[in-house]
Amino acid sequence: MTDEIPEKESKTTEVFEKLVAGTKSEERYVLRLYVTGMTPRSTEAFASIKAICEERLQGRYELEVIDIYLHPQLAVDEQIIAVPTLVKLLPAPLRKMVGDLSNLDRVLLGLDLRRK
Amino acid sequence: MSSTFAHEVSISPGLAKAPTGIQGLDEITGGGLPRGRPTLVCGSAGCGKTLLAMEFLVRGAAQFGEPGVFVSFEETTQELTQNVRSLGFDLDDLVKQKKLAMDFVRIERNEIEETGEYDLEGLFVRLNFAIDSIGAKRVVLDTIEALFGGLSNISILRGELRRLFRWLKDKGVTALITCESGEGTLTKHSLEEYVSDCVIVLDHRVTDQMSTRRLRIVKYRGTSHETNEYPFLIDADGISVLPVTSLGLQHTASAERISSGIPRLDAMLGGEGYFRSSTVLMSGTAGSGKTSIAAHFAAAACQRGERCLYFAFEESPGQILRNMRSIGIDLEQWVDKGLLHFHASRAAIHGLEMHLATIHKLVREFQPRVVIMDPVGSLTSVGTRQDANVMLTRLIDFLKMQGITALLTSLTSGDEALEQTVVNVSTLVDTWLLLRDLELDGERNRVMYVLKSRGMAHSNQLREFLLTDQGVELQNVYLGAEGVLTGSARQTREATEKAASLLRHQEVEAKQRERVLKREAHEARIIALQKEFEAEEEVAKRDSDQERSREETNRQDRDRMGISRQGDKVLKDAEPSARSHQTPRVRT
Repeated sequence: MTDEIPEKESKTTEVFEKLVAGTKSEERYVLRLYVTGMTPRSTEAFASIKAICEERLQGRYELEVIDIYLHPQLAVDEQIIAVPTLVKLLPAPLRKMVGDLSNLDRVLLGLDLRRK
Repeated sequence: MSSTFAHEVSISPGLAKAPTGIQGLDEITGGGLPRGRPTLVCGSAGCGKTLLAMEFLVRGAAQFGEPGVFVSFEETTQELTQNVRSLGFDLDDLVKQKKLAMDFVRIERNEIEETGEYDLEGLFVRLNFAIDSIGAKRVVLDTIEALFGGLSNISILRGELRRLFRWLKDKGVTALITCESGEGTLTKHSLEEYVSDCVIVLDHRVTDQMSTRRLRIVKYRGTSHETNEYPFLIDADGISVLPVTSLGLQHTASAERISSGIPRLDAMLGGEGYFRSSTVLMSGTAGSGKTSIAAHFAAAACQRGERCLYFAFEESPGQILRNMRSIGIDLEQWVDKGLLHFHASRAAIHGLEMHLATIHKLVREFQPRVVIMDPVGSLTSVGTRQDANVMLTRLIDFLKMQGITALLTSLTSGDEALEQTVVNVSTLVDTWLLLRDLELDGERNRVMYVLKSRGMAHSNQLREFLLTDQGVELQNVYLGAEGVLTGSARQTREATEKAASLLRHQEVEAKQRERVLKREAHEARIIALQKEFEAEEEVAKRDSDQERSREETNRQDRDRMGISRQGDKVLKDAEPSARSHQTPRVRT
């Protein structure tokens, strides 16, 4: 057990250094989009996030679309109230973006992808 | 529980209602909340909204077979479960039985980024999911305004809430939505605009360091409802609203009479005592014997086998038992038999409403025929005189509706008019006994009189009474030049009368003796006269006998002479038998 500690420490330092350097290019994104059927708003949101991901997170993102009409229990578990909601599970912190994702600046802010 | 209310809940035929099962609320709403429609409950923090909502669901599930969904925006399911466990609600069990579904909706503003247009379909989905999972008939949203804290687009929220309430209506569930009250408006976000069927306002006020919860129905579309503010309280059994004024004056008057426990007092009250289910007020100065007379009444009730509930606001039960034993009233036996129940509490420990509620509760539980409150006046120390008056009006109405005979004692302080009670309930009571002290000849004596007694021919006399080893004893009335004689004056008068009566008695006896002697003398004289007469008669008889024998002798002498002369032989044959030979003449 004792030899694990330095390993962890080194990992933390590594993460911290990465953050300081502002290099997020390797971070993996896990995103979930909760929608209610194929409403115009749903499709709009989906198209929007798909475009962002393809443009900025190519190859390192995971996007799952969940129709809460079909899976209501997931709406309960994930505390979904407004739809569409985009949940950024990874990287931390967890963030929820409600709306049709039409406000690009806010979406990027929420995804921590906004350029400084 | 609720069946003890004599006043049955009247359900207006037009509007279907979902009974809440909450003590009193169904009475003032005329049967419950509008079925299949949303109801708004607003109030400030800590006034009991969540509990009211929870009780509505739990009672619905447990008593009326209507499963319910509780959507909480503020407390987690666990917290809620713990909070209401103290009230005897086992939410876990209800959830297990599929009678209750709970959903905690958490909205954290810092986690949420609004990126455009959205709707609250997620909430709808969750609600629908919960409703369908148990076939819910009732829904609670507590407190929906939390949405305004989590989401910033007010216009979307308002539109969605409007849609939500519409949707709930379409879904046919009886919904209860709680809201924070705002300044100047019923709710902070004017949700009352959307929920127009029924609006209930809860309030929590502190007056003179006494907090009182109040409930008012602001609006109830399509039904007549009580519009007053009703005090309610939260105790170990949940919420109880006191709809007492709604009882009105419909109580039936009983013609049955019950004894006051003091025979001579009964005699003063038309000979038979109080009316059953009437209210008796006994007012008097300190130490005038109010509690003793009350104890007599309690003992008499228990003797009849009736239950009696005794509210003591100034003495402990032990003290009352001891004191009453000293005047020969054994109340302890009735306590042991369960016929007499004491409830002793200082008036100042609760607000008036709490007292009223406690009394209600005990009356419902104990089901007494007789209630004694000793003294009611101490309740004024809690609230204002007006409040106490209102409370007593409600209490008296309530007891009358239950057919309970109530005896209230009231202390009159020295600086007040005697015929005025501390709480102005004199117009409400049916019988009013006034006890007072009479100071005369350096003594203070207790007197009582019946100031009023509705519906009976009562005595108008001032009567002195004594507290003896055998209890309260009413004395005879002696009127002197200065009015009623009491104490020593009465005793002196009694003694004088006794002496006078003895003298009279002796005189009568002497006369009687004289008469007896006279009669004896008369009788003796009669006997003497009789004897005299008899003696005279004797003499007369002797004389006549002598006369007769002389005549006989004379005749014999004549006969003898005749025979010797032989001259009158035929005459000897002329005897009646011999003369009858002539009768055949008549036959022919």
